[in-house]
Formats: sequence, C-alpha cells, structure tokens
Amino acid sequence: MNQTPQKPEEMALEIRRATADDLERVVELDARVTGQAKPEYWADIFERFGTRRQQERFFLVATTDDGAIAGLIAGEVRGWEFGSEPCGWVFAVSVDPDQREQHIGERLFHEICARFRDVGISKVRNMVRRDNQLLMSFFRSEGMVAGPYIQLELNLDDAP
Amino acid sequence: MQKSSRLAILALIELAANPERQISTAEIGEKYRVSAHHLAKVLLTLGRAGLVQSIRGVGGGYSFTGNARRVTLYDIISLFEDTEVKCRLSDPADANPEEWALFDVSKEINDISNATYGSITLATMLMQIDKRKKAQERRAEVAAK
Repeated sequence: MNQTPQKPEEMALEIRRATADDLERVVELDARVTGQAKPEYWADIFERFGTRRQQERFFLVATTDDGAIAGLIAGEVRGWEFGSEPCGWVFAVSVDPDQREQHIGERLFHEICARFRDVGISKVRNMVRRDNQLLMSFFRSEGMVAGPYIQLELNLDDAP
Repeated sequence: MQKSSRLAILALIELAANPERQISTAEIGEKYRVSAHHLAKVLLTLGRAGLVQSIRGVGGGYSFTGNARRVTLYDIISLFEDTEVKCRLSDPADANPEEWALFDVSKEINDISNATYGSITLATMLMQIDKRKKAQERRAEVAAK
C-alpha cells in the first residue's frame, strides 16, 4: 500500500492494489462515469489483473479516508505485440466525477508509472477515443504524445 | 495550419508564460520574426475572443486573460480557420465514388488533426516547452564540460 505524498492542498488518498471487496464500488464508479454497469467485466479484470502476474499487472484504486473509491487505474506490461518491445499499457482510468480537479487521476497515473519503472519499463502507452477530449487532455497534460502507431479498424459487415 | 493560427498560438504561449507582465507586439514580433502589423490583427481577434487584453500607453502591451488549462490549440485555430473538411461540391449528391473516397481520407486526417489540437492546452504546451528548455540546458552543461 502506498500513502502517496501530498501537497498541503491535496486531499488525503491511499493508492493500493484493488481487492475483491472493492469490486462493487469499482462497478458503481465505472457506471457513474460511463453510464454502463459492467460487473462481469470488472470481475474478470480483477481476476486477471488483480490476482495473477502481479509483478507486471496493476489494478490500483485510490481511496479516501472514509474508504470510498475516488478513482482507479489499470494497466500491465505487454511485450512484442504490434512489434513493440515490452512497455506499460494503461487501459483503464476513472475518477469520481464529484471529485475531479483534485489531482486524483494524476496521482494514480504517477503511481502506475512508478510501478512500471520498478519492473524496468521505460515507456507507457494507451489508447484514447479521439472524441474523449477530457481523457486526451489529461494524458497530454501528463506529457504523453502520439506514438508511432495508428489504430485501424474494420466493420466485418463491410468486409469482402 | 495557417500563418495567423500559428502566430496566435505563439503569441498566447508568450503571454500565458508571463501572466504577470504586459508584452508589446514589438517584443513578440521580434522574438518570432513576424511583422507587428500582422501580429496586431491577430491579437485583435484574440482580444475579441476574450483571450487577451490590451493596455495602452507607455509600458503597455498585451496580457493573457484566458485559462491556460482550458484553452486548447483547437480553440485558437478555430478563431482563424474553418476546421471542417468540405465536400467542395455545391451539392454532395453530385459527388461520384472517387470523390467521396478522397473526401473520406481527407476527413479521417482532419478528424485526427482536430482531435490532437483539441487535446493540447496552452498549459500542456508550456510544460512541453519547459521540458525542452531543460533538456537543452542539460546538453549545454554536458558540452561545456
């Protein structure tokens, strides 16, 4: 568990690995942010990223003094996909909409980057919908820039 | 990116980096090697958008009045350019498949471009500039040894 260093004006947060007891609140947080409740998805994420290969998989939550989950982040080290050397991938980040502007996302991102560094990783990547300006701006403000890949897609209904 | 948009972004970077100062068009023009006349027109547009204010007289100049953490490069560019791809036909129904295929490619590039500009705030630009300056200083220190 990590009590992240905080500036005087920052709220007190504990950033730690998610536990099974957190799942219900994780589902609630994600439902508030995305509008969709996905209990099976988060149970699967917890099973894969919260209990297995924990040296390179990180499912972290930020909790407040009263135990509420203010944010979450999930990622893992992936190697050799798309021809890339091992790097850290962040595939989920969420902050309670009522607790934005308190550097929670920033602290979660810094924590997962620190954990990637601890296992020898020097690059972190993610994928963001280009119409999600909030998330795009957030990652840009953390210094992320466009990488060497372009994500392509195909509707199979249109495929030959 | 058109010249006016580029100039507007550079001027706002200069002003947002020094929020406590008023900076003249001459000073900005000299740094970025552009005419004060063109710069004045750009700053007029930025003033109408509420991003800068001008103080006249001796010691006057322009100051930044926006929120650097909210104003994006897309916000600035859209003050000077039409950011959407146009079909370029008076009636899109006249377009043939070849023209639509090229339109689709142009729109794809344009959408990525707009999303990129829309994700970069002036604060993010200032952070990137600061990183670059520090890297240059480190290289200069190493070279001097």
